[in-house]
Amino acid sequence: MRDKLGTIGARTGFFRNNYKITPGLYCIGEPSTTSPVVVTANYKLSFDTLRQGLVGVNAWLLVIDTRGINVWCAAGKGTFSAEEIAYQVHKANLDQIVTHREVLLPQLSANGVAAHELKKLCGFRGRFGPILAADLPKFLQAGEADEDMRTVTFTLRERAVLIPLEICMLWKQLSVVALIIFILSGISPDFFSPTLAFNRGILLVFATLTAMFAGAVATPLLLPWLPFRQFWLKGAIMGSLASLLLLFIGWQSLGDIEKIAICLWTISSSAYLAMNFTGSTPFTSLSGVAKEMRNGLIFQIGSAILALIFWIAGPFV
Amino acid sequence: MQGFRYLDDTAILRLSEDKCIGCGNCQLVCPHRIFQVRDGKAKIVDLNACMECGACAKNCPTAAIYVNPDDGCGCASYIINSWVARIRGKAPSRCGC
Ligand code: SF4
Ligand code: SF4
Repeated sequence: MRDKLGTIGARTGFFRNNYKITPGLYCIGEPSTTSPVVVTANYKLSFDTLRQGLVGVNAWLLVIDTRGINVWCAAGKGTFSAEEIAYQVHKANLDQIVTHREVLLPQLSANGVAAHELKKLCGFRGRFGPILAADLPKFLQAGEADEDMRTVTFTLRERAVLIPLEICMLWKQLSVVALIIFILSGISPDFFSPTLAFNRGILLVFATLTAMFAGAVATPLLLPWLPFRQFWLKGAIMGSLASLLLLFIGWQSLGDIEKIAICLWTISSSAYLAMNFTGSTPFTSLSGVAKEMRNGLIFQIGSAILALIFWIAGPFV
Repeated sequence: MQGFRYLDDTAILRLSEDKCIGCGNCQLVCPHRIFQVRDGKAKIVDLNACMECGACAKNCPTAAIYVNPDDGCGCASYIINSWVARIRGKAPSRCGC
């Protein structure tokens, strides 16, 4: 149970820093001197997925210190590196534990590890295994990976597990935005009204939460089925749908100018959040993200400013 | 990777065939299967699927591959940080993810 809770904690990012595994050599099953050595990151979820993937296999697991970050991100940041692997190989005295001279690396660590350099550093040859830990038993049996095992996927399930983390990283931004919203909502013909601040503020905060759902939950889930390739446009579509819903709910309580404000605000926030999701996918290039941001940010900032102006103007018309 | 295509003609990925010795490392590591070695030389078969992860360049023994080196982590906040940093003339800070 504690383990389950821990997984939830690690996924949502709340206690992510506590979910490191101590680096070093671990056993899976009953490994011998000829069993394969599989290298992984010291991120709890990477470790657990690997352990589950290797049920029924006898292997050594070499956990390297990536400061609790998963394989893919650690390789990108340079902590999952040939040097670190070599360091752990020496520290574990691996050359006295196994008779072969080969370690299996996750394929998605290849942007951080030059496999051909590993041998020079520690005497062990690096060999890239499949992308998914679940394919490891099949890989070990066949001795090689087929094209499917080497192709990265981004299934509905893989997208869904990323969402809680995305949301949790937004709390700080959200609380700042909410504070600004309450202050701006209270501006009235007689300077400042706490009642207005609360009553109107709640509406716009609710719209922001709806936009969060549209941009950071619905857009990632529906990703391949939404039109356009640029993420902010996908997010703008979901934001438009969300703003229609908000208009429907709030038709009576909102003035005309406030309705426009709510729509613009929801669309631009959702577009922004969807654009942020590019960082979590395994198929968006940095050049591409920079390109879409040049258009996307102008639209998002422009319409967010317009939305706030209309919103402030609400009590005056 | 079916169902997922990102922007065309934006990825920065170059291969200099002269340097290539046809070892096949790039073909092996690329998670989007962008390289194929034919007749002892690597070929880029689907440039637009490249996500600029840099795995191929890192594992090329002869440095025959060039990938957009501005790595960071590819997320929007990193790019915003680096733009802000360029305006202020400082080194970009990390994005925190
Ligand atoms: S940068 Fe990554 S996605 Fe692009 S070709 Fe190289 S390995 Fe493949
Ligand atoms: S890794 Fe480099 S040398 Fe080897 S096939 Fe690819 S481009 Fe050629």
